[in-house]
Amino acid sequence: MGLIGSSVKRVEDKRFLTGKGKYTDDIVLPGQTIARIIRSPHAHAKIISVDTSAAESADGVVAIFTGKDLAGVNGVPCGWQVNFKNGDTMKEPAHPLLVADKVRHVGDGVAIVIAESYAQAKDAAEKIKVDYEVLDAVIDPRKAADDGAPLVHDDVPNNTAFDWQLGSDAGEVDQAIRSAHHVTTLEFSNQRLIPNAIEPRSAIGHYEEASDKFTLYTSSQNPHLIRLLLCAFVLGIPEHKVRVISPDVGGGFGSKIFHYTEEALVIWCSREINRPVKWTAERSESFLTDAHGRDHISKAELAFDADGKMTALRVKTYANLGGYLSTFGPAVPTYLYGTLLQGLYTTPLVNVDVTATFTHTTPVDAYRGAGRPEATYLLERLMDTAALELGIDPAELRFKNFIPAFDGVEQAGYQTQVALQYDSGDYQRILKKALDKIGYDQLRAEQKAARDSGKLMGIGFSTYIEACGIAPSAVVGALGARAGLFEVAQVRVQPTGKVSVYTGAHSHGQGHETTFAQIVADRFGIALEDVEVVHGDSESVAFGMGTYGSRSLAVGGSAIIKSIEKIIEKGTKIAAHKLEAAEADIEFADGKWSVKGTDKSVSFGDVSLTAYVPHDYPEGLEPGLDFSSFYDPANFTYPFGAHIAVVEIDKETGKVTLKRYLAVDDVGNVINPMIVDGQVHGGVAQGIGQALLEAAIYDESGQLINGTYMDYTMPRADDLVSFETDRTTTPCPHNPLGVKGAGETGTIGSTPAVVNAVMDALSSYGIWDPPMPVTSEKVWERIHSNGQS
Amino acid sequence: MIPSQVNFHKPNSLSEALDLLGGNQDAKLLAGGHSLIPLMKLRLNEPDSVISIGNLEELRGISDSDGSFRIGAGTTHSEIAMHQGLRQVLPVITQAAASIGDIQVRNFGTIGGSIAHADPAADWPGALLASGATLELASQSGQRKVAASDFFQGFFSTALNGDEIITAIIITKPPAGTRSGYLKFAQPASRFAIVGCAALVSGDPIAEIAVAFNGVSDTPFRDAGIEGALKGKTLSEEAIAKAASMAADGRDILSDHHASSAYRHHLAKIYAKRTLNSLM
Repeated sequence: MGLIGSSVKRVEDKRFLTGKGKYTDDIVLPGQTIARIIRSPHAHAKIISVDTSAAESADGVVAIFTGKDLAGVNGVPCGWQVNFKNGDTMKEPAHPLLVADKVRHVGDGVAIVIAESYAQAKDAAEKIKVDYEVLDAVIDPRKAADDGAPLVHDDVPNNTAFDWQLGSDAGEVDQAIRSAHHVTTLEFSNQRLIPNAIEPRSAIGHYEEASDKFTLYTSSQNPHLIRLLLCAFVLGIPEHKVRVISPDVGGGFGSKIFHYTEEALVIWCSREINRPVKWTAERSESFLTDAHGRDHISKAELAFDADGKMTALRVKTYANLGGYLSTFGPAVPTYLYGTLLQGLYTTPLVNVDVTATFTHTTPVDAYRGAGRPEATYLLERLMDTAALELGIDPAELRFKNFIPAFDGVEQAGYQTQVALQYDSGDYQRILKKALDKIGYDQLRAEQKAARDSGKLMGIGFSTYIEACGIAPSAVVGALGARAGLFEVAQVRVQPTGKVSVYTGAHSHGQGHETTFAQIVADRFGIALEDVEVVHGDSESVAFGMGTYGSRSLAVGGSAIIKSIEKIIEKGTKIAAHKLEAAEADIEFADGKWSVKGTDKSVSFGDVSLTAYVPHDYPEGLEPGLDFSSFYDPANFTYPFGAHIAVVEIDKETGKVTLKRYLAVDDVGNVINPMIVDGQVHGGVAQGIGQALLEAAIYDESGQLINGTYMDYTMPRADDLVSFETDRTTTPCPHNPLGVKGAGETGTIGSTPAVVNAVMDALSSYGIWDPPMPVTSEKVWERIHSNGQS
Repeated sequence: MIPSQVNFHKPNSLSEALDLLGGNQDAKLLAGGHSLIPLMKLRLNEPDSVISIGNLEELRGISDSDGSFRIGAGTTHSEIAMHQGLRQVLPVITQAAASIGDIQVRNFGTIGGSIAHADPAADWPGALLASGATLELASQSGQRKVAASDFFQGFFSTALNGDEIITAIIITKPPAGTRSGYLKFAQPASRFAIVGCAALVSGDPIAEIAVAFNGVSDTPFRDAGIEGALKGKTLSEEAIAKAASMAADGRDILSDHHASSAYRHHLAKIYAKRTLNSLM
């Protein structure tokens, strides 16, 4: 049928584009109440008292709870353990559902008001008086580690959750850097970002006393994981008594992976008041309480020999964890970051050292790319900077240092200095393709002409790799994950030959209902509309680990393939019986089982019906055609790519304008090219947002000063340019679809390419490390300080 | 959007609206909603009453007669941006209108609402100062006219009294051959003006010139330095460059995390130059 590789229009889009999507906040349960959380206006303060008396008698108030009322309730857990270099366990202070003693970031929850309506809940919330003793705050992750810095948690000295090191022997690296022909050094921050999913987070807790069962509706990327954490770690409710439903979810970008306090709160409150409790964030709450992304301060040194070959890389990073450990907070600046510092290069010595600190800010966790954009930014900024310093073309410098091509089958995977083994890759080919596609020689000629006429034009590169399709459970377990990272798929062939697919992956923009259906329809040789994909409900889907880290197709798709294979195998037995032939003589293709070399065959529908109406049926074979599979991958997958950005700079204002953006990506085999292109476009826009526009800005007292869309700059269409995209295809050797994942490539590749282009444009003023976001004012200051106006 | 409880009034005529406002001067007027609603949403403004005047036909529309344009205060930015007569005679007005927000904002937001709010970064003040506009204000006790230059008094502060409604903006048509325009450097998130420069020039040598800024200072202003430097001269790149280099000199210049005062001051010079160059 050729459905794999075809740009089928997304089947879910009809309901989204016609406003018929059903999100958590759209669900209205009988007797539902509305919760409003009273949040700290201070970054760091002792709670002296909470006076709820005026609110208790306010119109429509059902109940009010404060941190003291939750004294015996556990907080939300952390899902990943990283140990100190000396082997000590990381510091893991409690993350209470509501705080009773002191607040640790603006937005920390202090009390919850439950009322009959949003307006009443909000009005009553304003009547709660909290008396605070305001304390000094620390915002900067490096200063947080200083002696005498204000402590976020009294029992965590120097605010240090852990320190961590990975890679080659530090002494050898130091020696290589000391004796190098040239060392490129950069010190910069990778600024904090706010995820800004279009749907604010929402949760409904529904306790039903008669059955003693709980239902949690939540805007989550992984409902089963939320159920596990909620039951086993927070409320101690048996898992079979809890159903978690994540209906349509309007974007996540990582921020909806984590188990948030509000999810446990609405369940706890629902049991207390015996009515459903709904909480939905206002946009300002999303700014303050969705886990933020990035926020590193790093120093990086990259050493070269006289031939321009990389000899060593040393990185020191301070990572901001915020006020508490978010679910995967510790994993992001360590195993999702340090492990990617090999990049595409043969650097024989790589050492990374990370100090992760608490600060009085919103917790930081995975945000599209999660650690990998930070690693790529650092490495790719070093590469273009080194190219300028060494006087070598940035493409040439990369060709000198690329790992040679390997397919992971004939040639072994590539073992890095930082724990990972790359699956397959051809890095020369992809950069060559990008250079051809952009017309590199012509572009450099244009740049020279532009410079000669006094204009500032720059070309920036980024050649990235990422580890995704997370992940082999045994590997991540050894690295500190407290969960397995397999995926689950049940494929149920109905008696009429229609197919229902139950996947533990969760779609919140990725188009799984289309991509997964394409795979199933293609393999069974049936029509796309005969396949239905179901996700997001712990009661219909056996189990699942959810969607993040570009894993759904590589891991969830592979689980589907396993179930498909089981169905075809069983179908072969049924077909052999019907065709009165030996199983070995039966083959399945184009939607029918045939006796090899004959025109005898039975259709998919025939076999399906027979499986459920087994009147004339193989002896000893169970009826039914319905299989579940768990797939635990053998390795991560390693997409890679070459991105090239072209910018022009207005000398008078400093404004950076993108002129061209080319993304050539290798995501392995592609199921739906249009969906992959969409993912790349969105990711590139997001990465450009970080490069030029976005930053969460805290003042010294810990106030987020740009917590609205009037001040926080999201990229818009007119900030961008029509993206040019292309691909090479290097199949993943270890999963059945040969796919690598495409959800994060754009974000990872684009940020350094754009900043490198700005650096290149301004290189006539000397080599400059443009701080992100590279605003017009910063560029103007740079030009201005060089005597231009 | 969950504001505090508010009494909502929807009068059917201007006189009814004026009566309501006269009886409750703490009430807020609601036209397009693009200044008031964001504040109410955040509960930064919690009026006890809102008087909706967005649907009052007598406040809407643009008339062109007797040597002047009369723009009803309830006219949307879009309607103004697309008005052919204004576009030909006073492009500074249509350019300012077209540079506000985005299409949705322009389709709802009104000129009266924007200028009553007097956000220093709004786009209207510069264009109204440069074109010498007069504002028509009404209250229960009658009508008065105030020059735009007297209307804007400071940070979100105007000459409008608590019982008054802006009913119209009146702009006298400039002499034939007058050129005018508005350019701005936008704040990247809100798209309000970090610096907006409106300019109007007639005659060669220049007989009349007006150069006005919004976004630069807490109050919009006409720049006498630039105007004086160019009056009586022929517009040339050299003359403009020299005059523009004086932009906003001596003014208190705003500073925030989107633009320091030094950068704003610099942009004022650049945008004075660019706006004037666009009139050559």
